[in-house]
Amino acid sequence: MGISTRQFDAVVVGAGGSGLRAALQLAEANLRVAVLSKVFPTRSHTVAAQGGVSASLGNEEPDNWHWHMYDTVKGSDYLGDQDAIEFMCRKANEAVIELEHYGMPFDRLDNGKIYQRPFGGHTSNYGERAVKRACAAADRTGHAMLHTLYQRNVRAKTQFFVEWMALDLIRNQAGDVLGVVAMEMETGEVTILHAKATLLATGGAGRIYAASTNAFINTGDGLGMAARAGIPLEDMEFWQFHPTGVAGAGVLITEGVRGEGGFLLNKNGERFMERYAPTVKDLASRDVVSRAMATEIKEGRGAGKDSDHILLKLDHLGADVIDKRLPGIREIAIKFANVDPAKDPIPVVPTCHYMMGGIPTNMHGQVLAGHNGGAIVKGLYAAGECACVSVHGANRLGTNSLLDLLVFGKASGEQVVKDLASDALAYQDLPKDAADLSLSRLARLDSAKSGEDVAEVGAEMRRTMQLHCGVFRFPDGLAEGVRRMQEVGKRAGSLYVKDKSKVFNTARVEALELENLVEVAMSTMVSANARQESRGAHDRSDFPDRNDAQWMKHTFWYKENDRLEYRPVNLKPLTVESFEPKARVY
Amino acid sequence: MSELDRIRWQCRRGLLELDLILNRFLEREFETLPAGQLALFKELLGEADTLLLAWVMGQEEAPERYMPMIRKLQVL
Ligand SMILES: Cc1cc2nc3c(=O)[nH]c(=O)nc-3n(C[C@H](O)[C@H](O)[C@H](O)COP(=O)(O)OP(=O)(O)OC[C@H]3O[C@@H](n4cnc5c(N)ncnc54)[C@H](O)[C@@H]3O)c2cc1C
Repeated sequence: MGISTRQFDAVVVGAGGSGLRAALQLAEANLRVAVLSKVFPTRSHTVAAQGGVSASLGNEEPDNWHWHMYDTVKGSDYLGDQDAIEFMCRKANEAVIELEHYGMPFDRLDNGKIYQRPFGGHTSNYGERAVKRACAAADRTGHAMLHTLYQRNVRAKTQFFVEWMALDLIRNQAGDVLGVVAMEMETGEVTILHAKATLLATGGAGRIYAASTNAFINTGDGLGMAARAGIPLEDMEFWQFHPTGVAGAGVLITEGVRGEGGFLLNKNGERFMERYAPTVKDLASRDVVSRAMATEIKEGRGAGKDSDHILLKLDHLGADVIDKRLPGIREIAIKFANVDPAKDPIPVVPTCHYMMGGIPTNMHGQVLAGHNGGAIVKGLYAAGECACVSVHGANRLGTNSLLDLLVFGKASGEQVVKDLASDALAYQDLPKDAADLSLSRLARLDSAKSGEDVAEVGAEMRRTMQLHCGVFRFPDGLAEGVRRMQEVGKRAGSLYVKDKSKVFNTARVEALELENLVEVAMSTMVSANARQESRGAHDRSDFPDRNDAQWMKHTFWYKENDRLEYRPVNLKPLTVESFEPKARVY
Repeated sequence: MSELDRIRWQCRRGLLELDLILNRFLEREFETLPAGQLALFKELLGEADTLLLAWVMGQEEAPERYMPMIRKLQVL
């Protein structure tokens, strides 16, 4: 069967902040670059980022990368690799200033320098006090970043393949990656994009959870592609949750609501935070609040007909105060929770926000072939939320993700340029079966006359993840979760879509996306079940403490037989002294 | 048909809020939308996510010509 093949020096899958930053590096080196995206580039999920991007510019007060590095290491709960963290924090200023030169409309101080604001977890002098380190463009930092990088890429003649979905990696006998198989949504046609270098920048996968702040496109396609190609996924048990997302919708309710005097109730109308944190109550830190909420739900005191959420009460503040101090909250609650918080409480649940784990890479974006040593997959690179470098370790600091996109987007681009110049990479002959995996996945969907419903299997996966592997993890829940996910995995192997058309067949795309989500969910559940400690975002009721002697190591999950292996954390920075593990208290 | 399917896909956005709003629209109104408004909807989908959401949430004023569509999205 003749499949059309196109050749590029490099193919970048993903046009969010990381993909665009990497592509720019390649295009400006005059390489032929193709960037694929499921949606128009500026509609990538990076657009959702509001808070800002961190860099120790010191524009407002003294700051330096050592302090930023300390905060990041501590934030990671000592699971982050200290060489990569040093690299990122040292490169931060350059990355942000470069973006400024590209035309990014950062907020400014009167003296013309970039304005900076404080953000949780960022401190001066190794934890002494909060520091202003976040650079922002109003509350549209991600939007501005995408637009700036997109324009710059257009100028550099990056070739965009918009509304193209990459399906699978092409790997040869030697294990080298030779490009991707992709589908053009408009026609449903499959094309081989044959490349010397392939870079995955497909973003997060928060849609594995029932409660998620992530847009629908965040389906972990790059992780699914890697897993199917035999590449392990690293630290997948670590997901960051936000305590208050609207139940059923995921839309964030700012923590300011509790700051202004809102509080949480269980189904009995009890203000339960009084039991968990008698002094600060509802103003306890994120993890304490999330854990209390999860415990209430787990013990049957959740509200609603399924006892599956918590109530956030603020009507006692009065409509005037709500409108004045919490602008937008009423509109959000009315629109997404169907309640007017001036009258009724908002149903909320701890909601998945960010994936710390991902495709394992070194500091240069080169994908690691396995848990042992530094061997890489020749021809394959990854950057952004889909990658695990690992700078976020067990827990990401706010505003460090956008920084990660810029620094490692660029670094991986530079590495590709270097590898191409040194002839380390060249076109290799495509194996005869290059497109077989993708074609057989599509053929199965096209020919199936019956099978599992995509929406149903997806809902079952999301429910299972939320219930068994949520923000607070219970031992019986995890073991049962693994069993249930295996069930879900089986069902996902026989999905059925009624619509067999080729043109913009969203149902078919969603089936393909679900196959990717299931890989992500499975790796998460299995990795979480095995890690017998609590560290950062992985919080277990039966192992409440961090256990550095046994668990200061990265998890590597392999799809084949759900095998787990481990790799020690790199505690050795590039040039400075190591930050020794300490208890993480704020 | 294929044009409608294209529009359907373009309701996938970078912001969760818009995914939710546009999905409701697809479920409840899209099939019965008059041709004139369909063109307007399509044009609206070409706008930036942050703007579109600010318009629908009433935080910023949308251009007059979009208002019929914005109002529809607001009441969903
Ligand atoms: C509500 C919210 C607020 C946030 N705020 C902040 C903040 O203030 N500061 C901060 O640092 N971080 C923030 N984050 C996190 C940060 O925004 C993300 O981690 C980051 O934007 C991810 O960027 P990315 O380039 O890796 O991926 P994305 O921007 O998600 O882009 C992924 C790209 O891959 C493409 N793609 C995916 N699959 C395929 C496929 N199969 N074929 C072709 N293309 C594909 C998509 O079309 C898209 O172009 C926030 C996250 C959320 C959810």
